[in-house]
Amino acid sequence: MNGESLVLVGLAGILSSATPLLFAAIGETLAERAGVINLSLNGTILLSAMGSFGVAVKTGSLALGFLAGAVIGAFMALIVAFGSITLRQSQVAVGFVLAMVGRDLSYFLGAPLMGRPGPTVPSWPVPALGDIPVLGPLLFRHDLPTYAGFLLVAGAWFWLYRTRPGLILQGVGERPAAAHARGANVNRLRYLYTIFGGALVGLAGPIYSLSIKAGWMGTISGLDGLGWIALAITIFGGWNPWRAALGAWFFALLQWLGLVLQPHLPGVPMQVLQVAPFPLMILALLLVNAGNAEWVQRALAALSEPRRRAAARLLRSLRAAPPASLGEHFESR
Amino acid sequence: MNIALENISKRFGEVQANEGISLAVPAGTIHGILGENGAGKSTLMKILSGFIRADSGRTFLDGAPAQIRGPADAIRLGIGMLHQDPLDFPPMTAVDNFLAGRTGAWRLSRPDARRELEERQADFDFRVDPGARVENLTVGERQQLEMVRLLSLGARALILDEPTTGISALQKDRLFAALRKLAADGKSIILISHKLRDVEMLCDEVTVLRRARVAGRAQAPYDLNELVRLMFGRVVTREPRLEVPTGGPLLTLDGLAVEDHRLRLAGLNLEIRAGEVIGLAGLEGSGQELFLRACGGLLRPAAGRLRLAGRDLAGEPYPVFRDAGIAYVPAARLEEGLVAGLTPAEHFAIVEPGGGLVIDWKLTMEQAERRIAEYDIRGAATGPVDSLSGGNQQRALLSLLPPGLCLVLLEHPTRGLDVESASAIWRKLLDRCADGAALVFTSSDLEEILQYSDRVLVFFGGQVAGPVPASAMTVERLGEMMGGQP
Repeated sequence: MNGESLVLVGLAGILSSATPLLFAAIGETLAERAGVINLSLNGTILLSAMGSFGVAVKTGSLALGFLAGAVIGAFMALIVAFGSITLRQSQVAVGFVLAMVGRDLSYFLGAPLMGRPGPTVPSWPVPALGDIPVLGPLLFRHDLPTYAGFLLVAGAWFWLYRTRPGLILQGVGERPAAAHARGANVNRLRYLYTIFGGALVGLAGPIYSLSIKAGWMGTISGLDGLGWIALAITIFGGWNPWRAALGAWFFALLQWLGLVLQPHLPGVPMQVLQVAPFPLMILALLLVNAGNAEWVQRALAALSEPRRRAAARLLRSLRAAPPASLGEHFESR
Repeated sequence: MNIALENISKRFGEVQANEGISLAVPAGTIHGILGENGAGKSTLMKILSGFIRADSGRTFLDGAPAQIRGPADAIRLGIGMLHQDPLDFPPMTAVDNFLAGRTGAWRLSRPDARRELEERQADFDFRVDPGARVENLTVGERQQLEMVRLLSLGARALILDEPTTGISALQKDRLFAALRKLAADGKSIILISHKLRDVEMLCDEVTVLRRARVAGRAQAPYDLNELVRLMFGRVVTREPRLEVPTGGPLLTLDGLAVEDHRLRLAGLNLEIRAGEVIGLAGLEGSGQELFLRACGGLLRPAAGRLRLAGRDLAGEPYPVFRDAGIAYVPAARLEEGLVAGLTPAEHFAIVEPGGGLVIDWKLTMEQAERRIAEYDIRGAATGPVDSLSGGNQQRALLSLLPPGLCLVLLEHPTRGLDVESASAIWRKLLDRCADGAALVFTSSDLEEILQYSDRVLVFFGGQVAGPVPASAMTVERLGEMMGGQP
């Protein structure tokens, strides 16, 4: 294999290994756009990875496995929606508890599945398109979930910015009272998007356990923490599907670099390289949102006028504000 | 559309907001609803537009009983309401705001919407840039956008809640012309206001509310004294300006520059003397807020000095400003000034100096009662502050300021308040001047600026003219300067 194709294979691997994060971050983006924070992601992904693997092993059906993942995700989101919208409890508290419960439940219930062989999603190069030089190996020699991920990002973006329901979705998260004034049923929409977003988050599980990291290995599955990263990517993405996708790919790149650099950095313990993507992702998040901070403004003031303006413009373009009603209850009188 | 409300009553917990109110608005007329703050005007109109459900009473549209269960019903029946704070989506563009909530194909066509928006705007000489983000528009432009949007949804009745608050004189002229045109087309217009002049200029008929009930009705031409008597139950007059002798220099601005991403003010030089009142005039967003925030330590100046009694405070953090005796009273009372959900008593407990770790509730309640009496706050010390009316919230905000301040910065101190509440606020503020404090305030009410200021600064698109002595100014001249005429 020559150097060029090696890079291509690496990039293609990054694209496909980012797929679960893509699903989770897009699902969370949709829920948060409606104003609901589903903080249960980490527990949801672990539980749906275990559950969908179990279903696929029992029934021998990949499709049922994926369905189980979506159902588990939707169910966890339903709990968050019911707790926050109907019972008017704190979304953060409900979501956080679910994140813990989901994780422990997956390890407990998944014990009999440990190390069992199970079905995996086959790769399916797109006929004709897969043979295009460069783009073929990069985009068209993956498995179905990866293609679905690409379509999901484009679809979510289109829905949000190019359709009427998408415009109302933006409005519901931004200013529910104004959406209500325009005739939208705010709380019903919040339920719908939270549950639909939860189902997408739930699909991240089987994409791991039936494809990328096939099987269920309990605590050493290496999935713990990814839900929190998906939450960070949602913020990094500024609640925009394409930016969220960039975040997911960036994180996959960091993970890939950890693997690739390992042989070249014998002095660095393996664990450091495995864990490094997590703090690096958070650091990237901080940099993206640094424009607000007082110390950044002060640092900028030291630059020359044209540079300062350019830097300020750059920071402003990166900065994204969360939907203004995120986490707040809405009640019409 | 002929609108009739019959015996509408609504209670919020302890407060009776509307009691047995009846009202008839024939098609093609402009009807004023007049009343002081908290009289129940907005509640009544929110009932008509479906935001609030009445406890009892009936609504008739064109003679037929109407069931309005929510805003969606009201829109369908052709009733649109412009809220005092426009109910729009600030981060979205004007055209997206125009589109949001409309029915039609699920796929958006922005070029079509843009064209429709511009056509409808042309009817009224409105000029909102369809591509602009709503957060960058003035209140007047946001109002124009909402109005055009409601009409595009087929509104045959338009309710406007205090539409002339925070908009320029030109925008007000355009608004009034548009409303007259709509009435001439057979639409019914309802104008909620506490400003007699607006009602006098525009309305065919007026219903005056006082304490949740109809206090009286009148038809044009109006006897203004009679309207005032109906509003307040007695005759109120604006009192003459209290003359406070000004003392030595207090705050000196030396080549100060402030900026945000929209606007830059540079080369500001000013000397504010103790006991002086400085009015900041200008259209909303012309830089007055930047100026005030820089003086209050909430915005770091880009350049220059800000000397308080000889000490340069530029670049110091906010607590230094606060400890130096500078206070800032924001326009957004509930968002920036008070803590929604806390009671006045809890607010007093927070600001009480020295207080130990544990709150002494007995002492706090005593002090709360004292301050409530002193500032004439009408409401319980133990009810949430957001349930107070606007005037009482403003009084509560002022009652929280510590004694002995040397500089009080105020954004729209009487915005949305009726004459009586406004003069009560100013009495309290001028007491501070008598104690040697200087006041700097913004207002969109030019008469207020001329009445209370010693000197006036006029802001126009990042340029600052003045200071000019208020005694040498007229409202007309001030209006010209705000429009950029030197």
